[in-house]
Amino acid sequence: MNRAAGIFAFAALVTLPLWVGNAYYVNIAAQILLYSIFALGLNVLVGYGGLVSLGHAGLFGIAAYAGALAINTGGNHFVAIASALAATIVAAAAFAMLALRGTGLGFVMITVALGQIVWGVAYRWISITNGDNGISIRTRPSPFGLSLATANGFYWATLVVFLVAVAVIAILAASPFGASLRGTRDQPRRMTALGYNIWLIRFLAFLFSGLWSGVAGMLFLYYNQFISPQAVALSASAEALLMVIAGGTGTLLGPIVGATLVVIMKNVASAYIERWNFVLGAIFVAIVVLMPEGMVPGSVRLARWCGTRLRLRTAPAHSATAPHPEGGG
Amino acid sequence: MSALELRGLDKAFGGLRVTAGVNLAVEPGERRLIIGPNGAGKTTLFNLITGELRPDAGTVWLFGGDITRVPTRRRAHLGLARTYQILTLFPNDTLLHNVSLSQLGLSRLRWNPIWRLDHQTELLAAARQMLAQVGLDQLADRPVGQTAYGERRRVEIAMALAQRPKVLLLDEPFAGLSSDERRDVKQLLAAIPREVTIVMIEHDMDIALDFADRITVLHFGRVEVEGSRAEVVAHPRTKEIYLGA
Repeated sequence: MNRAAGIFAFAALVTLPLWVGNAYYVNIAAQILLYSIFALGLNVLVGYGGLVSLGHAGLFGIAAYAGALAINTGGNHFVAIASALAATIVAAAAFAMLALRGTGLGFVMITVALGQIVWGVAYRWISITNGDNGISIRTRPSPFGLSLATANGFYWATLVVFLVAVAVIAILAASPFGASLRGTRDQPRRMTALGYNIWLIRFLAFLFSGLWSGVAGMLFLYYNQFISPQAVALSASAEALLMVIAGGTGTLLGPIVGATLVVIMKNVASAYIERWNFVLGAIFVAIVVLMPEGMVPGSVRLARWCGTRLRLRTAPAHSATAPHPEGGG
Repeated sequence: MSALELRGLDKAFGGLRVTAGVNLAVEPGERRLIIGPNGAGKTTLFNLITGELRPDAGTVWLFGGDITRVPTRRRAHLGLARTYQILTLFPNDTLLHNVSLSQLGLSRLRWNPIWRLDHQTELLAAARQMLAQVGLDQLADRPVGQTAYGERRRVEIAMALAQRPKVLLLDEPFAGLSSDERRDVKQLLAAIPREVTIVMIEHDMDIALDFADRITVLHFGRVEVEGSRAEVVAHPRTKEIYLGA
């Protein structure tokens, strides 16, 4: 059942450009995948580690800016991607060192501050970042002869990265390290007494999570061929966090569902409703009220609830038509 | 050489001295009972031994090594394990997962981000065996949240035993148990081999009396009486503290 659904989803994703046809919608699908990668990475920290970060757009932006600068100073795409990811890892390590001095609200506030510093640099250090005007890059890469200049080519390349992200994160979640990380979320004190180095576990989770923000940031740069401070703003971090929370923290499917919701609202609903932000807000309120655990775990719970209701309704009818022989009393 | 030794241990919270110059030496294989009324500083003493609290003065020694400045997580690797008076389990996970996490804590495997935890047959078999030892193997695959309080108490003990500790600290392992459950836990503790040194906190003296080789009476953070079972029971200070006479 589960495997069949997985194979079906995989086939649908691979063939998507063929049955969608329209380049506009293929581009939206690529955006969904890109933001799913961002949200999946963030979820490692938020969902499995219990550390809520509002600064990951900073890491996303650092990758995009580093990549853009590398390309515009004459580097090829390989150099650009390598330097973008290296910059992300270094920045994530610095973020983690500072933010992990606190947990809970302290952690959140430090990540907000760090994200805002990156935004401030992007906005104000005009000689490097070109300020509010942002930086454009001229080309998308063509790995193995596949040109990413077309919507379909870019979609397939993003899909490959997305599938790698899903697989790697699924493997991590089921591993002993994943279990350790979840343990530090649930009972940090006990974990320490059991011999775990909870600081190091959280630090490594932060690096891993930040790395995927960098990957998503680089895809974002290639998708738009442009990066500006808007992508680094606090609202971008909040949006990513909302994707994770709306979909369901600590699940593999949740961030993907959340990213799909936000991207579709942003691109499709905004074409029909001017105040699409209002609709998105209303949807989030509805999610919080109806399924506070997120859409994926919430739907599972609702389905189960409907199942029991259905069984309760049919059970008396069943016993009335065929009474138990020994249940007569 | 003592298994566990405390020298002049001091700890104050603001103006309140919860541990006041405590000297304590527990020999290898010994069963030591620490008793005292509520607020005597028993759990604080455990937190000082495990490193969850830092003493204001004094030192903690484990098998002749000074561990006063060793972080809590390293002390687990040195053979120190504890249970908690307030259950500190992973409620959404199964009993098997709880005990596995405990074993994993001392294994290099805990850093492995690639292998599947539920394929680690050796680790899981050992965890099941540990659950069997505390009589919970039937419930191995049930989440802790769906078990009874008495069963959770035994999971606490199983988690500590799963680390194969040299020194085991039990913080009120009988708290909140019915008399039947107490008997089960007593049998369980009696079956622990003598290679393990055990220090147990209990505030009700009668429950654990026959378990102890030696007893320490703690009162307002101070060691008031210490000696063999008979000596402590007969001591007038013990009666004073417990009867308030």
